[in-house]
Amino acid sequence: MTRQSLHIDWTACDGRGLCTELLGPLLVRDEWGYPRAAGYGSDVPIPGSFVADARDAVALCPRLALSLQEVRTPARS
Amino acid sequence: MAEAFWALGRATGVVSLVLFTVTVLLGILTRSGRPALGLPRFAVTLVHRNVSLLATVLVIIHVASLLADPYAQLRLVDVVVPFLGTAKPFWLGLGTFAFDLVLALVVTGLLRQRLGQRAFRFVHWFSYAMWPVAVLHTLGDGSDVGKSWLVLLLVLCVGSVLVSLAWRMSATFIEYQHTRFEEARR
Amino acid sequence: MSTVEMTIPRAAVAPPMGVNRLFAAGAPDLASHLARFGPAPLGLTPGQLLGELEASGLDGRGGAGFATWRKLAAARTSAGPTAYSAPVVIANGAEGEPMSAKDEILLRHAPHLVLDGLLLAAAVTGAREVHLYSGPVQLASVRRAIAERSDARGVILHEAPDYFVSGEASAVVSAIETGVAIPRDRRVRLAVSGLGGRPTVVSNVETLAHVALVARFGAAWFRSVGTDDSPGTRLLTVSGDAVDRKVIEATGGLPLAEALGAVGIDTSRLRAVLVGGYHGAWVPASDLWVRLSNRELEPYGTRPGAGILVALGEQHCGLAASVGIARYLAAQSARQCGPCVNGLPAMAEVLARLAAGGGSARLPDEVRRLAAVVTGRGACRHPDGTARFVLSTLEAFESDVRAHLAGYCEVTHP
Ligand code: SF4
Ligand code: SF4
Repeated sequence: MTRQSLHIDWTACDGRGLCTELLGPLLVRDEWGYPRAAGYGSDVPIPGSFVADARDAVALCPRLALSLQEVRTPARS
Repeated sequence: MAEAFWALGRATGVVSLVLFTVTVLLGILTRSGRPALGLPRFAVTLVHRNVSLLATVLVIIHVASLLADPYAQLRLVDVVVPFLGTAKPFWLGLGTFAFDLVLALVVTGLLRQRLGQRAFRFVHWFSYAMWPVAVLHTLGDGSDVGKSWLVLLLVLCVGSVLVSLAWRMSATFIEYQHTRFEEARR
Repeated sequence: MSTVEMTIPRAAVAPPMGVNRLFAAGAPDLASHLARFGPAPLGLTPGQLLGELEASGLDGRGGAGFATWRKLAAARTSAGPTAYSAPVVIANGAEGEPMSAKDEILLRHAPHLVLDGLLLAAAVTGAREVHLYSGPVQLASVRRAIAERSDARGVILHEAPDYFVSGEASAVVSAIETGVAIPRDRRVRLAVSGLGGRPTVVSNVETLAHVALVARFGAAWFRSVGTDDSPGTRLLTVSGDAVDRKVIEATGGLPLAEALGAVGIDTSRLRAVLVGGYHGAWVPASDLWVRLSNRELEPYGTRPGAGILVALGEQHCGLAASVGIARYLAAQSARQCGPCVNGLPAMAEVLARLAAGGGSARLPDEVRRLAAVVTGRGACRHPDGTARFVLSTLEAFESDVRAHLAGYCEVTHP
C-alpha cells in the first residue's frame, strides 16, 4: 500500500501560511506562522481526501518548500 | 484599418500598464504573506498570477497591433532587440526591454517547479526593473501623455507602487514579525 | 558466529587484551601501529567484513548509534555502476559538541587506525572517493600519517569549522560540497543520495577505528569485553568540576559511577550527570549505578551516543546549569528553519524564567508545550535534541523545579 506524505523543507519555508489555508485543519500555524501538523514533524501523512489540496499547496507555496512523496506503508493485517 | 491597429495598440498599452501595476501590488502583497480584500493568501497568489498573465496577453496584443500598424514603423527586430527602432529609438527601446523582461518573468514563473526557487527568485527580482521601465516607456512613447486622464492614471500607478514599496521595506511587512525571534537566514 | 569467524584469516599479531584497544599502539606513527596491530587484512570480501561487523554489534559512535554494518550495506546496495553513482565514504571527525574531545584525541594518537577503517569502509561499499573531515589540529596529525603510508594518498581532507551542528551528517556533506557546513533538507537518505547525488556514508572516526580492529581480530574478540547490548569498548569524554574533558576507553555498558570514578570524580558529591552531551539527558545522582547502554539509558531518554559525560557537582543548581546549556543550544541553531530559529530561544527563555524563581506555576507546562512544538520540525535534529535535553531537565530536577516555583533554590538558599 502506498500513501502520500507531504514533506516540508524547513530551510525553505518562510511561514507564509498558504499551505495552512489549503490544508487546514490538517496543518495549522504555530505561534510564528510556520505550518504544523499535530503529532508530525517534517513529513505529514496526507489522507486521500486531502491529496488534491496538498497538490495545490505544493504548486502554490511561494518558497517551493513543499513536496509530495509516496511512502510505502506496511499493509494492514 | 491602420487607424484601428493604432487605437488598439494605444489602448492595450495603457491597460497592460495598469494591469502590471496591479500585478506588482499583488506580488508585494503575496510576499507579505497576508490575506487581502477578503481573499485567502493562496487566492491572492492566484490572482497575482492570473492578472500578470492577462497583462502579458494584452502587452502581446499591444506589440502585435503596432507591428501591423504602418504608422508605428515597428520592425520585427524591435520586438526583441531594444534601441534599434527608427522612431524614438530610446523610448521604444525601453518598451522592448520591458517586453523582454516580461517574457523572462512569465516563462520562469510558469516553470518555477522545474527551475527551482533560486533561479526563479533571481529572475523575479527583475520585476522591480520591468515595471519602472514600462512606466518610462509609456511616458516617453505614449501618444496620450499630454492628456489629463493619462497623467492622473500614471500618478495613481506610481503612487500606489511607491506606497506599497515603502510598506515592503518597513518593519511591519511580514505578518508574524512581531512574534518571530529573528527572521531565518536565507 | 564461529563459522563467520573461521572465514577470517587470522591476524599475524596477537589482539590487544583488556580495554586498551584503540590506543594500544602507544604512539601515532606507522611503525608503532604496524608493530601492535599488524597490517590491515586485505583478503576480506565485502560480505565477510559486513558479516563480521554485524556479528560484532558495532554501532555508530557519533551520537545516533546506528548499526555500522547496516549503514555500509545500505550504501553498497544503492551504488550505481558508474563513477558518478559509486558511493562516497566520509570519516567524520568534527566534534561540534563542546564537551566532547574523544575524536580529537583519537585522531591525534591513532590516526592510522582511523585511516585503516576508512579504507576498509571504502572497500566494503565500493567507494571510489574517500574524505576525512575534522578540525585543523587533527588534520595535521592525519596529514603526517598519510605521508607515512602509500595507500591513503587518495583521502581528501577537509577542515571542519567549530560549531555545534558542523558535524551533523548533512552539514558534513554540505561542507564538502559547498564549503558551508550547515545542515540541509533531506528528502532521501544520504545512503541513497548524498555528496553530489551519490550514495554517501558519513561515519564517525571512532566507529571507523573499531572497524579496523574488527576486520583484524574478528567479532568474537570485539565482544569479549562489554555487555550484550553494548559490546566492545567505547571512548568516553568525562568532565566534572575539577576535570576538563578527560578521554578514556571504557568497556561497553560500564556503570556511570565507575566511568566517573575512573577520572577521579567524587561520585558522592554530585547532583546529576549529563549523559550523551548537550543533546542528551540528565541522570540524577541517585541513579549512578545505571550502565552506559542503550537499554539502561532509555528510561532517561538518552543513550551512550558520542560517549559524553558531564558531572554536575552538588554545589550547582541543576536548573541554572541547564539554562546556560539551553541558551547555548538556542544560539547554535544554524538559523535556517523557522521553528528552530524561533522555538529554541523561546524555550530557553521560559526555562530561564522558571529558574529565576517565583514564576507562574504554568511555566513547566509551557516548556513542555514548546518542546513539543519544535520537535521534528527542522532540517536536522537540533530542535529534537534540544527539546529532549530541556525535558530531561524538568524530570531530573523535579524537586528543584518545585522549589524554584515556590521562590527558593535548594542549592543557593537551602
Ligand atoms: S506555503 Fe510554503 S512557505 Fe508558506 S508556510 Fe507553507 S510551506 Fe511554508
Ligand atoms: S533545525 Fe535548526 S540547526 Fe538544524 S538546520 Fe534547521 S535551523 Fe539549523
